[in-house]
Amino acid sequence: MANSPPAIEVQRLTKVYKTTRAVDGIDFALAPGSITGLLGGNGAGKTTTIAMIMGLVTPTAGTVRVLGADMPRQRYRVLHRMNFESPYVDMPMRLTVRQNLKVFGLIYAVPDLSERIREIAAQFDLLDLLDRPAGKLSAGQKTRVSLAKALLNRPDVLLLDEPTASLDPDTADWVRGRLEDYRAEHSATVLLASHNMVEVERLCERVIIMKRGSIEDDAPPAVLLARYGRHTLEEVFLDVARGRAHLPEAAQ
Amino acid sequence: MSAHAPSAGGFSTRRVGAMVLRYWYLLRSSWPRMFELMYWPTVQMFMWGFLQLYISTNAGFFARAGATFIGAVLLWDILLRGQLGFSISFLEEMWARNLGNLMISPLRPVEFIAALMIMSLIRLAIGMVPVSLLAIAFFGFNLYGLGLALAAFFVNLILTSWAIGILVSGLVLRNGLGAESLAWTFMFLLLPLTCVYYPVAVLPAFMQPLAWALPPTYVFEGMRALLIEHSFRLDLMLEALALNAALFAAMSLTFVALLASARRNGSLMQTGE
Repeated sequence: MANSPPAIEVQRLTKVYKTTRAVDGIDFALAPGSITGLLGGNGAGKTTTIAMIMGLVTPTAGTVRVLGADMPRQRYRVLHRMNFESPYVDMPMRLTVRQNLKVFGLIYAVPDLSERIREIAAQFDLLDLLDRPAGKLSAGQKTRVSLAKALLNRPDVLLLDEPTASLDPDTADWVRGRLEDYRAEHSATVLLASHNMVEVERLCERVIIMKRGSIEDDAPPAVLLARYGRHTLEEVFLDVARGRAHLPEAAQ
Repeated sequence: MSAHAPSAGGFSTRRVGAMVLRYWYLLRSSWPRMFELMYWPTVQMFMWGFLQLYISTNAGFFARAGATFIGAVLLWDILLRGQLGFSISFLEEMWARNLGNLMISPLRPVEFIAALMIMSLIRLAIGMVPVSLLAIAFFGFNLYGLGLALAAFFVNLILTSWAIGILVSGLVLRNGLGAESLAWTFMFLLLPLTCVYYPVAVLPAFMQPLAWALPPTYVFEGMRALLIEHSFRLDLMLEALALNAALFAAMSLTFVALLASARRNGSLMQTGE
């Protein structure tokens, strides 16, 4: 893996909306099979960064490469190997869970689709809900369906925007377990935007902290804790958000 | 890394079929959606049918011309319902907040548009076939009796409706659901200009070139020639087809430009107002 080209590579990535610099010349590269947390307060540029990685937003400057393809220009070379989950998009509500998964399975050309739907439904405890309209599900059930859709095509690159935002602690913990299992089984590269520090500490081997469109810090969680002299990522996050610089060398 | 089916090089009928299936599931699950497809065409057909009956009791030109009203309303509905069928299917994605899922999927814009065209035909068939049969039963007007002329009228009208549908979808993509009302109202701009219920000669001289720049005008003139003079005007249909080809190409290019603009300004992420 060490010599493999990055699964995601972002260079001097910039997005300007009229007079607002939503993302300001950021650089990072994610190794294949890695799981990285993207942290930042509201308006930090996380969602815009993810949207540019998916090819949903055209950068003002800079480049994004995913699995070797320039985004958004070459997006159709790799979109079938990617997927995405976010509380800001929904599955069609009048369609049943099975119908939704079937439609997306066909779009992604998932082989042995019926078997795959059964398999993913079992993994996300959706077997009893398959024939229920998506709109009749609870928030937690909907999130599980969205995650099932996100993993349906066995993506090599998975982008998650606050995947457990609407879940109770028990279900959120269970979902994190499923994500860990998926990543371990498929060596997928995962980029996870979250406000949940417990989640990031548990899942991520690396954390990128954004503030006002720029990268403020980028290191493994343990290194960040040492660098800021803190015990939790939440404290580190607050230090960054409130402009408290990390401790000097002594703390590193 | 996991094994994947190779990326389809270009247009995929499987992905088009997936989208048609998605809309079919939606229609099938919602009787109000199905009912709405037939409701307005039926109301309009009865209103114009009874007006036609009234006019036909008078002698002379208007008695003969009265037969064109019900023909005009049925053809107008092909134009209007064709565009609405296209645009409403598109709007369903905005209302469902599903556009983000589609835009990051391998579904290509041309496949999405092809699925919307097919749904436009399906929705049109559900709405118009029963109404055209009612027109035979109640008013003795057999739309299918127009034969090959009907095919020429239909092709030209549906091409215009898709071109307008593509434009409206691009505007909604670029501007969000705040532009939704265009889907419902845009076609009515063509109602007076395309001379659905009266000949082009009725328009003031300065408006006539504008009317002749619109493909449906040729269809409605052709329909009147057929019903009143029993003459099929192939020349009008060919001119309409040429104009439709230009209109369709222009609207498709506009859609591509609006989609690129939506990617630049981030509107694909914000599908609300």
